[in-house]
Amino acid sequence: MSLVIADNLEKTYQIGEISVNAIRGVNFTIEPASFVSFVGPSGSGKSTLLNMIGCLDPPSKGSLQVAGKDIADMDRKQAARFRGENIGFIFQDFNLIPVLTVFENVEYPLLMVQNWPAQERKKRVNNLLEAVGMGDQGDKYPSQISGGQKQRVAVARALVTNAKLVLADEPTANLDGETANRIISLMKKMRDEFDTTFIFSTHDPKVMKSAEIVFTLEDGKLSKKQNDNGGTHV
Amino acid sequence: MYNVIKIAARNLRRYQRRTILTSALITLGVVSVLLFIAITGSFKNMMIGQTTDSMLGHLQVHRKGYLASIDNLPLNRNLNRSQVEKVKEILGSMDAVESFSMRIKLGAMFSNYVETTNIRLNSVIPEDEIKTVPLLSDRIIEGKKQDVLLQKGEILIPELISKGMKVKVGDSIVLVANNKDGSVNGKTFTVSGVLEGISGPGGRDGVIHLDDARELLRIMDVEISEIAIRLKNMDDLDQVFSSLSAELASITNKEGNPVYEVHTWEKLSPFYNIAQMIDLMVVSIKIMLVAIVLVSIMNVMIMAVYERINEIGTISAIGTLPGKIMALFVTEGFLLGVLGTTAGTVISLISIAGINAAKLTFEFGRQSNLVLAPTIGAGDVITIVLIVIGIAVAASLQPAFMAAKMDPIAALRHV
Repeated sequence: MSLVIADNLEKTYQIGEISVNAIRGVNFTIEPASFVSFVGPSGSGKSTLLNMIGCLDPPSKGSLQVAGKDIADMDRKQAARFRGENIGFIFQDFNLIPVLTVFENVEYPLLMVQNWPAQERKKRVNNLLEAVGMGDQGDKYPSQISGGQKQRVAVARALVTNAKLVLADEPTANLDGETANRIISLMKKMRDEFDTTFIFSTHDPKVMKSAEIVFTLEDGKLSKKQNDNGGTHV
Repeated sequence: MYNVIKIAARNLRRYQRRTILTSALITLGVVSVLLFIAITGSFKNMMIGQTTDSMLGHLQVHRKGYLASIDNLPLNRNLNRSQVEKVKEILGSMDAVESFSMRIKLGAMFSNYVETTNIRLNSVIPEDEIKTVPLLSDRIIEGKKQDVLLQKGEILIPELISKGMKVKVGDSIVLVANNKDGSVNGKTFTVSGVLEGISGPGGRDGVIHLDDARELLRIMDVEISEIAIRLKNMDDLDQVFSSLSAELASITNKEGNPVYEVHTWEKLSPFYNIAQMIDLMVVSIKIMLVAIVLVSIMNVMIMAVYERINEIGTISAIGTLPGKIMALFVTEGFLLGVLGTTAGTVISLISIAGINAAKLTFEFGRQSNLVLAPTIGAGDVITIVLIVIGIAVAASLQPAFMAAKMDPIAALRHV
């Protein structure tokens, strides 16, 4: 069964008296353990679409099912609970909590969202930090590590709760080319290791190429292209 | 909840400067209030003690209407034998009563054979008086302190007359007084001591023996102006006042009017108004503390929410429930309150112990070398602690609610 199913999905924003159609009746499906990219110019609706898939913003029309749940009717609390159980996030600005150490940042969702016992929590966080190559940086604060390292920590935080789906909005926008490639490789490796679906938005052509499926958004409309680098996952 | 407390405590520890500044402000407020309560309370209790234990007693019984004309020291409004006996009987049956003292209050002319002045006098049975107002003997600043306060034929004179008329202990003086029929009589007394003047009614009166007053006023039978009463425990004041008033109110004269009037020291001493003003000031200071805590915590928590909008967006996006976000900020406010209050209470208690150890003295009216002995009850400390922590939590609610209600997308976009 598909992990994400969008059927005639629309999102309209009201700005003063003007209605802005950010997403105009798009249809798509995303299968489990796929590596998907939404691309398009600024303002094309990439972030809006990711926000809807991430249950941060409800659709205006149409239906959107994520992990078997129709997210259109969820209230704030249900959406938060659903995100905590199923979705991980990676942000363009990393969004690590500055007063928490690397370890504590990764631990946060287990502590505040999923209430894991201390011992299991510690083991899981250490495993994830090892997996993203930050095992020896746990005691450092975000201000003490580089941008690439911050994004590695963000990847670990997104995966720590065993999320089915990780959404990454422009995850490489604030990184240099080499670091960006490493992060994308890491995300792919994590997908392979944990079978987690990664959906990310980008307008970086190099990053685009690494996706197995690329959805192009233009003026709120969607077209799909399958890359030849990972067709087995489509 | 434990995890919320853990994260909140960690946030406070990491936002160190903000935590220290806010806690310091709360600490300052708590210290100010507790010290103010302790010091004013000490002053108040000392003055109440002075008033009740060296002059008034805790309660007084008079014949109805006596107090209204007490400035004239009327002799025609004394209690007669049967009326006195009735009061004695009632007081004797009350367990809460420690002792009582019968007094005749009178005005007289005081002469040292060279000069003459007027004097207000309390005539007492020394044994009863010393039991009822035990600090009276401490006010004897010149002359030998005797076990029985004074003997018949002796007088304790107020300091003002002693200085003004250069009368010393051992001097002979004459008191001349009118009795209630207008007859004048005089009697010679020996000055046995000089009484320190203190603020309040009766604070500058002389003291003679009751039998001498009866002789001077040619009172043949029992006549008493006032009965001062000392209780075993001053906390029983209201209860004893009520029951004594009720019992005495049932005794009426031929016209059916009450014979007696009962007053607590509060009605008799102007210091009660000062005590009330002190209580009012304590309330004002408490309100100021509440305002300090409310404004500082609210300000800090609002700033914390605005500073951490992006963080709120992040934790909301990763699935933290709105209720938990709210609990997190409320807990931070609560912990700030606890931290500030704990530090404030500890500093206050140490300061109170320090002031007591230093034995600081002060002057009040004509009294000097009064030792400042601040004390604070557990009840006051608990009240202040609960108020401050309660206000800290209340002040955090609005910012916490704001954080919990924040739209995660807008919060994540915030720069």
